[in-house]
Amino acid sequence: MSTKVFMEALSPTMEEGRLAKWLKNEGDAVKSGDVLAEVETDKAIMELVARGDGVLRKRLINDGDTTPVGSLIGVIAAADEDISALVASAGAASPKAAPDTAPDTAPDTAPDTAPDTAPDSAVQAAHIAPPAAAAASSGAPGGSSGGRALASPLARRIAGERGLDLAALTGSGPGGRIIKRDIEAAAASGGRHAPTGSRPAAAGDYTDVALTQIRKTIARRLGESIGPIPTFYLTVDFDLERAAEMRASMAEMGPDYKVSFNDIILKATATALALHPEVNAHWLGDHIRYWGRVHIGMAVATDDGLIVPVIFDANTKGLAEISAESKSLAQRARERKLKPDEFTGSTFSVSNLGMMQIEQFTAIINPPEVGILAIGAIEDKPVKAADGSVSFRKKLRVTMSCDHRAVDGAVGARFLQTLRRMIENPLMLVY
Amino acid sequence: MPIITYRDALNQALREEMHRDDRVFLMGEEVGVYNGAYKVSKGLLEEFGEMRVVDTPITELGFTGVGVGSAMVGLRPVIEFMTWNFALLAIDQIVNAAAKMLYMSGGQFPMPMVFRGPNGAALQLSAQHSQAWESWLAHIPGLKVVTPGTPYDAKGLLKSAIRDDNPVIVLEAEMLYNTKGEVPDEDYVIPLGKAELKREGDHCSIITSGKMALVAMQAADQMAKEGIRIDVVDLRTIRPMDVDAITASVRKTNRAVVLEEGWEVCGIGAQVVDYIQRDCFDHLDAPVLRVHQADVPMPYAKAIEKAAKPDVAKTIAAVNKVMYR
Repeated sequence: MSTKVFMEALSPTMEEGRLAKWLKNEGDAVKSGDVLAEVETDKAIMELVARGDGVLRKRLINDGDTTPVGSLIGVIAAADEDISALVASAGAASPKAAPDTAPDTAPDTAPDTAPDTAPDSAVQAAHIAPPAAAAASSGAPGGSSGGRALASPLARRIAGERGLDLAALTGSGPGGRIIKRDIEAAAASGGRHAPTGSRPAAAGDYTDVALTQIRKTIARRLGESIGPIPTFYLTVDFDLERAAEMRASMAEMGPDYKVSFNDIILKATATALALHPEVNAHWLGDHIRYWGRVHIGMAVATDDGLIVPVIFDANTKGLAEISAESKSLAQRARERKLKPDEFTGSTFSVSNLGMMQIEQFTAIINPPEVGILAIGAIEDKPVKAADGSVSFRKKLRVTMSCDHRAVDGAVGARFLQTLRRMIENPLMLVY
Repeated sequence: MPIITYRDALNQALREEMHRDDRVFLMGEEVGVYNGAYKVSKGLLEEFGEMRVVDTPITELGFTGVGVGSAMVGLRPVIEFMTWNFALLAIDQIVNAAAKMLYMSGGQFPMPMVFRGPNGAALQLSAQHSQAWESWLAHIPGLKVVTPGTPYDAKGLLKSAIRDDNPVIVLEAEMLYNTKGEVPDEDYVIPLGKAELKREGDHCSIITSGKMALVAMQAADQMAKEGIRIDVVDLRTIRPMDVDAITASVRKTNRAVVLEEGWEVCGIGAQVVDYIQRDCFDHLDAPVLRVHQADVPMPYAKAIEKAAKPDVAKTIAAVNKVMYR
């Protein structure tokens, strides 16, 4: 049984891919789920996995070649299987092949070549499903249609049972349809990366609240005033003396306990968000989705631009875990090795330019989220004590951007009060 | 177990049932002296006499009406049509009399009656004599429709049809009469409305019936060489249809191809697909595809006739498609 290797839509917006590097040679035995090659998408370098067992018999493009999504790039088959027809069909299967090449091979075609070349008369039901090659190239990229992921009913059901977010998956069926094997591949590879349960879409993870009239009016009026996302900014100074103390004493315990200020800020933000679902939310046009789980997006600068990997369920993770995860995410973001499911699904974001000595800035909200924190540099600043004496203390300036359609000033301020309690009394983080 | 032809299996069924119940009689064109146009009734005239094996003129509407009348007064007629294409002349008796008699008489007149004969295309018999009538007949409430595909099924289903107290249509096939298979000598029946899983697999279901079950089996054999395991569901009875057998198979394989001999529009496959989408929606990993005759009167020219018929290659192509191969 042969399995065709296609250039798959490995990111939601990918239309073509550059085969960065084959990781298997012709003649190598491969199993379903094995990584065949690295493919550079419009966003990242992704792994292309085998969809069947056998031997990688043929590689139809070379390292460095760019090819449209849906084109045949290799063949997996039994070692002794005749794949000449399949290989020959590679040209015909390419999206630009004219349909009038079909009659040459029509009535008495060997059965195993029929699916690629048979004209509609061979399978009179062919009009039900568009021809695979055409569909794969012209279909909506990433298997979505008007925002709804294209998936077979079976795939939809299995994804639901396993708590997988279809929007984060890539379909290998016609038009990018997500089918059973894609779910299985995602489940198989999920073991090596984030636990599949970390996706934010399971029912019960959030509460949808319909908009009240006053919220609707606020949304409309403020939107007219300032743009699609009527943003306002709240700036606070946090005192980091005690956080610095904690960090120093942890570092004394050994390298395993070393955490950065950024880790502490992420942890504190996650804990505060869990207490303030009113800012841990998505603005969805006709309703607001208040998330019961906290997935923090962490802006990372890369040579290609900004990317926001996600620490899922950050409020349930310890400082050490957050530290390790943010380090790994940042590094892989810079190497463009993130999977799409690692940079989608955040419920709130944090952007930190402190290490670049930016004292204060405002960050742009990452919709549909309703808030983002802009973290500035930590600086020693003079503070006047009650007795009139002046001392220098470590200060951190944080600016929160709020989507006024969902978050009012006082609501954002209350969240920042909680965040202040966490950051200025870091023992709260273990409370 | 003896290996006999499909035609001899039907002959055995008729003989056994005529011995078993003396109300059973056979009527039609050339069924007696000529031993049947396809020799299905061979030896029956000699064995049972002219009262039980009745040769008729070429008058389908007339002798079918006589059959209906005899069933109304307690006999159990088996009406043979030389082909189902000729039964069009008798369709008023089948649809308006036989199918509705019990209902419209308020239960006073039972209709224990069998209509049988070859159905579908043979070879180069052209447009008027190459038609598969399953969907026409199965459309009618009051009729049961069976399509035996093997000698074993032919005997067991015809015997059940004769014993059933309702009008039953038995669709045989010229291309099947000479096929051979194991058939027990002894009395057995196959219940109406029960499909048979003719081959087991977990990759894809082919749902089919009658003559097309052979095509499905050949397609499954070929695909097995590529490691594809096909579930072949032979419906055997088109009405009432064994929906449980269909859904059990599709829930297992998540993919289905429906193969039938007739035309696409309003065909049997359309009904099967409807059951699947209703009962197996959450189990489908691909749209269900159908394989059927081209939507044209059957061509006479050999090559075009071949191109118009459903066959093994078209079935395999459809299976590959639903498997995303």
